[in-house]
Amino acid sequence: MTNSWTDIRNTDLVVVMGGNAAEAHPCGFKWVTEAKAHRGAKLIVVDPRFTRTASVADFYAPIRQGSDIAFLLGLIRYCIENDKVQWEYTKAFTNASFIVKEGFGYADGLFSGYDEEKRDYDRTSWDYEIGEDGYARVDPTLQHPRCVWNLLRQHVSVYTPEMVERICGTPKAKFLKIAEMVAECSSPTRTMTSMYALGWTQHSHGAQNIRGMAMLQLILGNIGVRGGGMNALRGHSNIQGLTDLGLMSHLLTGYLNMPTEKEPDLATYMASRQFKPLRPGQTSYWQNYSKFFVSFMKAMWGDAARAENGWAYDYLPKLDVPSYDVLRMFELMNHGKVNGYLCQGFNPVLAFPNRGKVVAGLSKLKFLVTMDPLETETARFWENHGAFNDVNTASIQTEVFQLPTRCFAEDQGSLTNSGRWLQWFWPGGTAPGEARPDTWIMAQIFLRMRELYRKEGGAFPDPILNLSWEYHDPNEPEPEELAKEINGRALTDLTDPNDPSKVIVAAGKQVLNFTQLRDDGSTMCGCWIYSGCFNEAGNNMARRDNSDPDQTGTHPNWTWAWPLNRRTLYNRASADLNGKPWDPSRKIIEWDGTRWTGYDVPDIGVTAKPGEVMPFIMNQEGVSRLFTRGMMRDGPFPAHMEPFESPIANVMNPRMRGNPVARLFESDLAQFGTSEEFPFAATSYRLTEHFHYWTKHNRVNAALQPEFFVEISEELAALRQITPGGWVRVWSKRGSVKAKAVVTKRIRPLICDGKTVHVVGIPLHWGFTGSAKKGFGPNSLTPFVGDANIETPEYKAFLVNIEPSSAPGVTS
Amino acid sequence: MSDSPRTAVSNPPTQPMASNFGERDLVRRSATEDLPPPERQLTPVAKLIDVSKCIGCKACQSACVEWNDTTPAIGENTGVYENPHDLTENMFTLMRFTEWVNPETDNLEWLIRKDGCMHCADPGCLKACPAPGAIVQYTNGIVDFIHENCIGCGYCIKGCPFNIPRISKADHRSYKCTLCSDRVAVGQGPACAKACPTQAIVFGTKEDMKQHAAGRIADLKSRGFANAGLYDPPGVGGTHVMYVLHHADKPQIYANLPENPRISPLVQSWKGVTKYVGLAAMGMMAVGSIVHGVFARPNRVSREDEENAEKLVEGKPVPPPGEHA
Amino acid sequence: MNMELSRRGFLKAAGAGVAATSLGALGFGEAEAAVSALVRPLKLANTTETRNTCTYCSVACGIILYSRGDVRKGERAEITHIEGDADHPTNLGTLCPKGAALKDFVHSPTRLKHPMVRRPGSDRFEQVSWDYALDRIARLMKDDRDANFLATNEAGLPVNRWTTTGMLAASATTNETAWATFKVAKTLGIVGFDNQARV
Repeated sequence: MTNSWTDIRNTDLVVVMGGNAAEAHPCGFKWVTEAKAHRGAKLIVVDPRFTRTASVADFYAPIRQGSDIAFLLGLIRYCIENDKVQWEYTKAFTNASFIVKEGFGYADGLFSGYDEEKRDYDRTSWDYEIGEDGYARVDPTLQHPRCVWNLLRQHVSVYTPEMVERICGTPKAKFLKIAEMVAECSSPTRTMTSMYALGWTQHSHGAQNIRGMAMLQLILGNIGVRGGGMNALRGHSNIQGLTDLGLMSHLLTGYLNMPTEKEPDLATYMASRQFKPLRPGQTSYWQNYSKFFVSFMKAMWGDAARAENGWAYDYLPKLDVPSYDVLRMFELMNHGKVNGYLCQGFNPVLAFPNRGKVVAGLSKLKFLVTMDPLETETARFWENHGAFNDVNTASIQTEVFQLPTRCFAEDQGSLTNSGRWLQWFWPGGTAPGEARPDTWIMAQIFLRMRELYRKEGGAFPDPILNLSWEYHDPNEPEPEELAKEINGRALTDLTDPNDPSKVIVAAGKQVLNFTQLRDDGSTMCGCWIYSGCFNEAGNNMARRDNSDPDQTGTHPNWTWAWPLNRRTLYNRASADLNGKPWDPSRKIIEWDGTRWTGYDVPDIGVTAKPGEVMPFIMNQEGVSRLFTRGMMRDGPFPAHMEPFESPIANVMNPRMRGNPVARLFESDLAQFGTSEEFPFAATSYRLTEHFHYWTKHNRVNAALQPEFFVEISEELAALRQITPGGWVRVWSKRGSVKAKAVVTKRIRPLICDGKTVHVVGIPLHWGFTGSAKKGFGPNSLTPFVGDANIETPEYKAFLVNIEPSSAPGVTS
Repeated sequence: MSDSPRTAVSNPPTQPMASNFGERDLVRRSATEDLPPPERQLTPVAKLIDVSKCIGCKACQSACVEWNDTTPAIGENTGVYENPHDLTENMFTLMRFTEWVNPETDNLEWLIRKDGCMHCADPGCLKACPAPGAIVQYTNGIVDFIHENCIGCGYCIKGCPFNIPRISKADHRSYKCTLCSDRVAVGQGPACAKACPTQAIVFGTKEDMKQHAAGRIADLKSRGFANAGLYDPPGVGGTHVMYVLHHADKPQIYANLPENPRISPLVQSWKGVTKYVGLAAMGMMAVGSIVHGVFARPNRVSREDEENAEKLVEGKPVPPPGEHA
Repeated sequence: MNMELSRRGFLKAAGAGVAATSLGALGFGEAEAAVSALVRPLKLANTTETRNTCTYCSVACGIILYSRGDVRKGERAEITHIEGDADHPTNLGTLCPKGAALKDFVHSPTRLKHPMVRRPGSDRFEQVSWDYALDRIARLMKDDRDANFLATNEAGLPVNRWTTTGMLAASATTNETAWATFKVAKTLGIVGFDNQARV
């Protein structure tokens, strides 16, 4: 989230699209109801299903799953055509005026540079014209035919209300009503917020869905302001934290990234990470990359990370592919190329697509280790549960360890919420049996392996032997010790660069925040964006002052938010070119003539003059990007793409299937179904009564929603002679499940490109462990393909067939 | 910015606290004619359920189960969202879902109503109850079941115009929402109201709740719900659980919320019978320690009792539970 | 520790943000001597309070754990109730149907209590000691790493990666656990390392 949950109270219009906030985040959704009650805010819901969020919406419109880009570009077109643009913001704070290289183009659903063979774009034409001064060329008058604004206008021109209706199935009148409501928010004193979640991410073009809305929010002037923003409603309690801390194949901490094989030494690695400003006087904060990186390497390997060895650069593994993401790992597993797998609080048998492939992969492992407070289907993937897990136990040679962990109530530490607040919590109960903390388990695995390497030697033991592990009790690092390491400290006295006699931070003391980090080895810091969380002032994440000056929803002294306790990202953009708030009633910060002051930590140098230093300080341009250059694999603008399994062809280019650059493994390609075989458009989702596969272990939630079901329209029920509450079989090219049928008016057939599209809704909370009735998950059916940029699987749009059936395990 | 009323003004106390109301605040006690008048009048309380803000999440059901330590059974899906499928002795409140197409707009409206005891000012359950002290009403409006006095006869169900109480198959006693009398007694709102994510359920003095409802109704009218209104039915003397409805002119579309609930005239005239059964029950209580398990048997209203009662109402048909207008 | 600390924090914030119904006006704040036989005694009396965060979604609602016994005093503590923290600015004491039933997650009948191993081909788990499980895991991991670690690529450049053992990190563990996990996984050279954010 660019903003926080409590900030949503400041909005005038909430658009819930690509999510179902009331159902998935009820207590965060509270702030929508507050905005409605106190500001007269309106709520729009766009979803294939009339959801619980829709039940309290002011306006609802249906949409076919996977067609959101067309809808969003249609909204952008409407705003441009009707002059509903926050012009001052758009001209000054976006790259609308930047001139794009000659050679860039878009035709037949594809951008310039497409190579069908490689399923990839040559992205060299997707860039700015660079002038002789080394800066990007701009035309502030927006007259240049190749300035971003004119390219955008042309790009969206095809997405007329009629085209939106044709692709999305959203009736034109409903689309126009929403467009009108959205367009009103181009006023500097009206703000819209976007609340989205997996409904946008879980597509082969998920990142571009989000781009579409981000661009709309930019031209409406809604980024950086109170009650505005792009608010990704993260799923799990610390999924934000684990991402921030870089627990991903392609990441290091704080969005530093893993080196690749093409970067065999530190100099090469740093060369592409200089981030020189593309416009004069801009901040381009990533210029500090080396300070964060070297401090990170010192946190990892301490004294073994020295200038002479490139700060132990060799210790970092180098990637030969963009990432060893979960889809790639399970593909490799199926090829017998993975021997061991550790699952810490993770249940891939229900969480990853094409369950048949997942179980086949696990069955080829030599060993599997699970760490969890609860039983999981993954730990028991080898156990035969009849129709619910029909495996040949004896043939599975995997050695499986199931390790019991403590749960939240017995643990201590911080969790990062969706609004980037790091909130410390304390243990209140004794764990059952021999359950142990995850920190202890990880320490034990590490210490035992280190000991083996000490005794026996082995493959490249250096990083293992030298890993910094200086804890009071190495067997179980304490949460406070780890938090202090994340924050970082001075390794030698840090002196003032202007006055070397003045010590800013004494050796051994915690740094105040990341502005004190250096790239000469004098500081260490586990995760630069978290620096400030536990400094000499103490554990800021444990702060519990809930005061809220001027009732802005900021709560600046409640726990701690990254970065630098900043609650609203890009908040400099809440004020105009002179530093005056666009909307005085929604002030966050303002320029007082010498510095920025206000309710929040300014997202700009406090003395950076308005009109000179632009608000988007992380970008080399200093402004936000309507055109993303070559930073995304599938286009500098979003463009309509169908899901890989779609009920209709891509109207822009019928030959295109799915995202033209999404990675496909050969065996999965053969497992895509067509609309002839599988005529119905399915989608998967969560219900408010359950949390993933966890709460089925809880008797209360199991009672509230006891059994697996699918939802279909009355029309589809009639077509297939399905009885409400009866059993149905739903199958795709990859698998088959049996479920109870909920027949509802909340799902209606859509007309897309002249064809009737029936939607099948499949919630995901059941398995073969726990208190609820045994059932299946939609991942038995979903395709094994991910987003072209980030490999998030396409769970939200796929094809199935459906028929009445008998109960699971009963032959009809 | 003004703030919404909300139930949880503070966390519950953990230091032992005496209850703020009790025996001396009783205004009614079932099958008891000589109840002394209450010493004082407590400020009437109410729970307000704003159906238009409800997202149907069932947090109220969860919180109710956890607070009241009940154990609803894990059932099955029958093609609907309601689970359990009805109120039970282990589920005192239930979200009822109705898919309603508004004939005026042709828009689907998903009407979700939290069902449960309405805490009637004129409580039919209490009036029908033949067991002395099994049902009590306090001057703050809370109608509570005192289970150790319950004989499991089921009269309360017949007396209830909303079809709320349920008899336990395990201990043959009647159960329903207590309005979390134990929480209210230490200054806390009911568990459901505290949990409610959107504060569609709020709790406070009845006057405050009516005022809050007025604001909500004005908001709904501004959003096109011309018939938005408060449900506080006079036929039962008003209730201490009230609804804000977007279509207050049609309460029955909300899973058959009665348009004009009244205590059945049959129950009103049960008085004589009640006294008779009540005395019988007291007699049983006296020997209860000898005849072990007497309260573990269902003490259903006998056919005879019913016939006696029917004679008293001059041939008016007895409405079966669940079919009250 | 935590409740006291935070109570002090609240004093600074007295009255902020939390307007109210007029419950206070009803005199509910004043404890009275009268003991009622009718109303159930408050079940939270004499429990220990601990400030915690809901483990489910990223709204991160504040919760209060009520327990018999105090782990901070080294006692065994049994959680008897969990309720929303009214002082938390995001949830203001409210909880969703999952959060409101957190106690039953903690006490789920399928909570794991002991390390278990399932041997190749076997149809059951066997209880083992932590030492057995951890030594065996360390051995399996080292053997696989030593056999399959790729120190250099075909061009002879150092790549130091281990692709034959992978790891999925949790999504509800603390940042501190995540950091410890990160250190171990990356230092071993595991590249097939992801978390729930991927899906």
